[in-house]
Amino acid sequence: MTSAETSAETSARPAAVPRPQPAVDTAPLRALRRRRALLQVACWVVTAFMVVPVYLIALAAFSSRSALNEFPLRFLPTSFSTETMSTFLSSTGVLAGLINSIMVGLLTLVVSFLIGVPAGYAIARFAFRGHDQYQLFLLFTRALPIVVLSVPLAQLFLSTGVYDTPLAVTLLHSALALPTTILLTSAVFLAVPVDAEEAARIFGCTPVGAFTRVVLPLALPGIAAASIFTFVMSWNEVLGATILTLNQRTLPAQVLSSLSDSPLAFRFAGGFFLIIPAIVFIAVMRRYLLNMWGTTIR
Amino acid sequence: MAEITIQNLVKTYPGQTERATDDVSLHVDDGEFMVLLGPSGCGKTTLLRMVAGLELPDAGSVHIGGRDVTYLPPNKRNLSMVFQSYAVFPHRRVRHNIGFGLAMAKVPKAEIEKKVAWAADLLQLGPYLDRYPAQLSGGQRQRVAVARAIVMDADVLLMDEPLSNLDALLRLGFRAELKRIVEQIGTTTLYVTHDQVEALSLGDRIAVMRTGQVAQLGRPIEVYDHPSDTFVGGFIGSPPMNFLDAMAHGGVDGGVDGGTITVGDAKLPAPGGLPDGPVRLGIRAEAISVVDAHTEGAVPAMVDVVEPLGAATLLTVRVGEQEVKVQVPPDVNVRNGQTVHLSLTPRAMRLYDAETGLGLDLR
Repeated sequence: MTSAETSAETSARPAAVPRPQPAVDTAPLRALRRRRALLQVACWVVTAFMVVPVYLIALAAFSSRSALNEFPLRFLPTSFSTETMSTFLSSTGVLAGLINSIMVGLLTLVVSFLIGVPAGYAIARFAFRGHDQYQLFLLFTRALPIVVLSVPLAQLFLSTGVYDTPLAVTLLHSALALPTTILLTSAVFLAVPVDAEEAARIFGCTPVGAFTRVVLPLALPGIAAASIFTFVMSWNEVLGATILTLNQRTLPAQVLSSLSDSPLAFRFAGGFFLIIPAIVFIAVMRRYLLNMWGTTIR
Repeated sequence: MAEITIQNLVKTYPGQTERATDDVSLHVDDGEFMVLLGPSGCGKTTLLRMVAGLELPDAGSVHIGGRDVTYLPPNKRNLSMVFQSYAVFPHRRVRHNIGFGLAMAKVPKAEIEKKVAWAADLLQLGPYLDRYPAQLSGGQRQRVAVARAIVMDADVLLMDEPLSNLDALLRLGFRAELKRIVEQIGTTTLYVTHDQVEALSLGDRIAVMRTGQVAQLGRPIEVYDHPSDTFVGGFIGSPPMNFLDAMAHGGVDGGVDGGTITVGDAKLPAPGGLPDGPVRLGIRAEAISVVDAHTEGAVPAMVDVVEPLGAATLLTVRVGEQEVKVQVPPDVNVRNGQTVHLSLTPRAMRLYDAETGLGLDLR
């Protein structure tokens, strides 16, 4: 990897400084080029910072066990093997945990958006008493540590028979996701021009019709972005999921509970597997983030 | 098509103390093109939005075609509207933008096709029907907005500064086109603008608004020639009407033609029956001409600025301490600092109360 980094740096450096022409001060131009080169380097460094760990985990997850114990470790996939991954996937609880995780993630999306999108719309469009206080109050939910939330919830769920079900985790995750959902979607709705909505009303739409036919389609890219946040938040949340379940664990909770007594290879496989869905989900939703009709909202 | 009757409409926005519209009453005849004209914040847009149903009044009523629509939602009023920002739907093709209102009204597909084709033809949008608004220029987008409004067969067509987002050249062309189209379809139209040229050129009648009230209502030429007060005179016209402090001597015994007005040192003939005392003399720049010094009643003035405008030359001159705009033919040769003599056309002089600015009705 170090070799890759140095080559990136050299290629980013200006190839050759042009010979200064008489009477033209090229110092500002050189400074500009230097700044651009530095920016390039910075981009590479940040990218490396994000990609290298993922690469290392993937490398370890797909290496044979023996290769993992070699010293020094190799940075190129020399001994490709799916042995570790398949062991991980077939181990008890992983598949069930995966199903639970996906279910909880999607249910959380549904629940938090059913409540959060109308709330976000209300904040964006209507002036009502306590508007600002409500917005501030929303953030307080996130001020409570998850442990503080989870323990009373566990007791409540135990007494109502919801404990140890995906529904329990869904409810917790929805509560956690709602503030961001509401604030993000309200920002999205603010960006949808009021005029377009009013035009829809003038040309025969009911308020609900104007919302579904004009506002929602225009807000879709932003809502897709908000859904990424929500899904990934639910996917990654471990603490509450661990407290609220025993057998019906989500994948991260499952992996976490079995991590301490598993071999190194297993941990890498688990780590890699946990990254995939979030990346897939982002890749799918990404196209909604780009503007869809060749325009930014206006 | 229908008439609009607005009665005693009052609206105060929440959190504001001043009324946006203050007891406004207005009648728009069937098929009439009525322009609401005024500076920003005068309540003209608020009035339009209350007719549209986008704002609800605190008191008063709006009737369209004899039907009380004061508190009906916009979609129940059978009207259409052109917005300042165009407000075309970016996620729909031009074809579906134009046909949106008809589709909402559940008009048969074939009928929609026909009307969209008609409107597209009228507004030269034919080649663009399958594009998205983002692929159009601003002028084309506004055409789409107008097409969307005119296919509706609505009782009333509302326009909220539809030309103000277009650049100057486009505005001039589209203004004439808009007038032709609206005359052709003959829908009752309520048109909001702050541009007095637009108002004069488009309106059958103009309602000039100020601080939530109608300051003057009349045909464009009436409003231009006989502003009801100094506000209207100062708002309409380019350059606006000149106002000079003057002294009136009316002949208290009610002489018919015996009055005089003193501007500076010059005595001008004036209609009789004026009360003695200070008045404001209003006169348009084109009603003042430069004459030689011996003309009777000529007012001496000092030239401050000379602006050749092509078709005419605009002079800014000083009469005593007062600034006056004078429009002269382009061949009149004057220089800065020169003293000229002005002749004021008696017929074009309007007199206003020195304190209230209200017109002294002496027509």
